[in-house]
Amino acid sequence: MDIEKMESALAKFIDLMNINDLTELEVTEGESSIRLKKGSDIVASPPTTIVNTASDAVASDTQAIQALELTSESATESSLIEIPSPLVGTFYRAPSPDSDPFVEAGDDVDNDTVLCIVEAMKVMNEIKSEVEGRIVEILVENGQSVEFGQGLFIINPS
Amino acid sequence: MLSRILIANRGEIAVRIIRACKEMGVQTVAVYSEADRESAHVGMADEAICIGPPPAGESYLNTANIIAAAEVADVDAIHPGYGFLAENSQFAEICASCNIDFIGPSPESMTLLGDKERAREIAQSAGVSILPGNDEPLTDDADALTLAHKIGFPVIIKAAAGGGGRGMRVARNDPSLINSINIARAEAQAAFKDSTIYIEKYLEDARHIEIQLLADKHGNIVHLGERDCTLQRRHQKLVEESPSPAIGPRLREEMGEAAIAIAKASNYSNAGTVEFLLDQEGKFYFIEMNCRVQVEHPVTEMVTGIDIVLEQFRVANGNPLAFTQDDIQLNGVAIECRINAEDPNNNFKPDPNRITKWYQPGGRGVRIDTHSYSGMVVSPYYDSLVAKLIVHRPTRAECIIAMKCALDEFDIRGIKTTIPLYQEIFGHTRFIRGLVNTTFIEDHFTR
Repeated sequence: MDIEKMESALAKFIDLMNINDLTELEVTEGESSIRLKKGSDIVASPPTTIVNTASDAVASDTQAIQALELTSESATESSLIEIPSPLVGTFYRAPSPDSDPFVEAGDDVDNDTVLCIVEAMKVMNEIKSEVEGRIVEILVENGQSVEFGQGLFIINPS
Repeated sequence: MLSRILIANRGEIAVRIIRACKEMGVQTVAVYSEADRESAHVGMADEAICIGPPPAGESYLNTANIIAAAEVADVDAIHPGYGFLAENSQFAEICASCNIDFIGPSPESMTLLGDKERAREIAQSAGVSILPGNDEPLTDDADALTLAHKIGFPVIIKAAAGGGGRGMRVARNDPSLINSINIARAEAQAAFKDSTIYIEKYLEDARHIEIQLLADKHGNIVHLGERDCTLQRRHQKLVEESPSPAIGPRLREEMGEAAIAIAKASNYSNAGTVEFLLDQEGKFYFIEMNCRVQVEHPVTEMVTGIDIVLEQFRVANGNPLAFTQDDIQLNGVAIECRINAEDPNNNFKPDPNRITKWYQPGGRGVRIDTHSYSGMVVSPYYDSLVAKLIVHRPTRAECIIAMKCALDEFDIRGIKTTIPLYQEIFGHTRFIRGLVNTTFIEDHFTR
């Protein structure tokens, strides 16, 4: 894997996405592929654009994009959903300091399950799951400051 | 002593403010929308917090997220820049209630001067001339027609909650007056959530002259001379210069005193600018007061040697002004061009694209205020300003030549810019001779 070529190709891919307002881009050559997703709303659906590479030359437009290798990602992992913070504030795992956390890793959740609180300007905002599935990972710690779009939970949707 | 500041803005002004903070040794917190992740101001600050998706309404105008960011980052103060929340008195009030200093005037001054009709009243009671217009709020179309006939066409219709040259319409006869009022009301409602409009006599053949003020919290107010911003397109400034070719020492003193009187009458503190129209007889009329640092502040900085943003922080810290009116001198001439990502040959259509090359001019007396760089994508979500080019020379003639050279040197590829328009303006006889009015661009450069 040639890091410099990868960096330059990645820069070109990111430009391609920005200029064409893409949210997803997948490039495959042979058995290698790379997939880029914008923003936090990762949806388990087929990618928006698939480009098959033809040669080594890196072009500014669509075809002939350099092949890259990707650290292996299983099919199941790539369908995981990240729940982003819709607010800037402080993340709390429980309704109050003495209570149990709303959820733990491994819990099953549905659309209405409250996952956490993000406190902003003294207002405790309950963040709901909005997907059905199982919590795989909790990305932030209790009391941590979070920004807009920052990943809070990883859920394996059912 | 303010030691940690959040900059509630983006683009070139965020860069400008962060620079001033760095020189003061003050910590900086940048906020950015998802569209501005790669923005220059984000990398420059000590800390950066994402406050929302690209649309301004959900990010740079999102009071809740910005205040939350200020709280999690534990800042002492917020500098609002210009535009966005800079003249939003509610935002200033919320800052105060959250114990966060707002780098600007008090919410009360902002409320007074933000209502453009009230601002006219304040000016009038301070002894400053205002243009003929409605003394009472307008009730209906008949009322408006009577007023227009009394003051005489043409008239200009403006949003009372507006400013910054937005939501203005000129009417020259009865039918166009009624039509324009209805459109102006709708535009005002959409842009400012307030459909109140007022009418003024429209001065043809006038110059736009504004006076920069600095006021501390101890009652001291000083003016830093004028800026001539006559060259505009659709009420948006294109070129600004100081001193004005139309202003001599006596008029400067008169206008400066008038501006200070208005600031005093509204208990103003921090930086502000009072805008006037100057007619062909040398008579000036108050238009509005802007309660913020302005886009074109570098022009005044070059000729006075005063760092206006630094002074804003010093005032916010409670320091008295370090200079008196007698200390203020205008040295040489400075001119600014606002370089926008727009196509001057296609009705100024915005060109939000990726900059593939950025080579900016430099040298003695050449200043570029920008956030742009080669590889940057100009965002479609915000205004199209990519850079401000300011040139300072001992005389206006030298300044114009130097500006032409700087414009020629400025090489921007990948986006259309308004540089070609300025190259034409700076070669135009009328501009070179200082003989322009507010319709100059429309008259000579419409395509």
